[in-house]
Amino acid sequence: MVPLENYVALSGILFALGVYAVLARRNAILVLMGIELMLNAVSLNFAAFASYLDPDRVTGAVFAVFVITVAAAEVGLALAIVIRLFRLRATSNVDEAAELKW
Amino acid sequence: MIEGAGPVAAFWGLSALTLLAAGGVVVSRNLFHAVLFLIVVFLGIAGFFLLLSADFLAMAQVIIYVGAIAVLILFAIVLTPRASRDNAETRMAPVALVAGVAVAGLLIPAILDAEWRTLSSAPALPVSDLGRELLGVWVLPFQLASVLLTAALVGAVVLVRSPREEREEIDEEERR
Repeated sequence: MVPLENYVALSGILFALGVYAVLARRNAILVLMGIELMLNAVSLNFAAFASYLDPDRVTGAVFAVFVITVAAAEVGLALAIVIRLFRLRATSNVDEAAELKW
Repeated sequence: MIEGAGPVAAFWGLSALTLLAAGGVVVSRNLFHAVLFLIVVFLGIAGFFLLLSADFLAMAQVIIYVGAIAVLILFAIVLTPRASRDNAETRMAPVALVAGVAVAGLLIPAILDAEWRTLSSAPALPVSDLGRELLGVWVLPFQLASVLLTAALVGAVVLVRSPREEREEIDEEERR
């Protein structure tokens, strides 16, 4: 049997890769992919905890379902914003959309 | 949880595949390559769900992530044609690298150090239990999630309408 630590450490590494992608990437779509990596790491974590720590086995799976739902909503909206930005500026570079920066 | 040596080998194979693909997502400059690597990551996570005997999650992962989200991202790439160039990292890439390493460096020792009180054996999760729980205890969050999805999709449609359509609509309203 694979110990729980392996699953949690794997999802920690995936999460760190997602953090790097979100902070370092310049293209908004690539930033979004980093967020997807982080969300996937979290739902893997929920599923592993549900499987190893919870006798009922259900609650973690429910949370993973909600994570997947919210990810779907978030991606739809974020890509709409990217397409809108591209139409206004002909770029999807997040550095060039800095009007709200002080 | 499935017993035996097979699942252990499957775990290590899947983690190598998933981590390599995630590294590909993080370093690849080509948006198409990045999205293909991302699909491999999604499939790897679905494999982990199967290993954890969460069958429904594995199925939902394949259908929603690979079937919907990856296709949506591909559409966005195709609709932003010139965005594929100039995909280098920002000037803050070293800082981001430090932040990522710091996150991993905080998490991994803590995880390995913690004492997990794991159950010796847990039964597989039947999908009917998950459904009963979702529409029983979690019915209010479930409804909220559907409202969120509706709002997000309406918002997306409003956002991507072309400026010409918007102008026509305003003209029509003024004529009335």
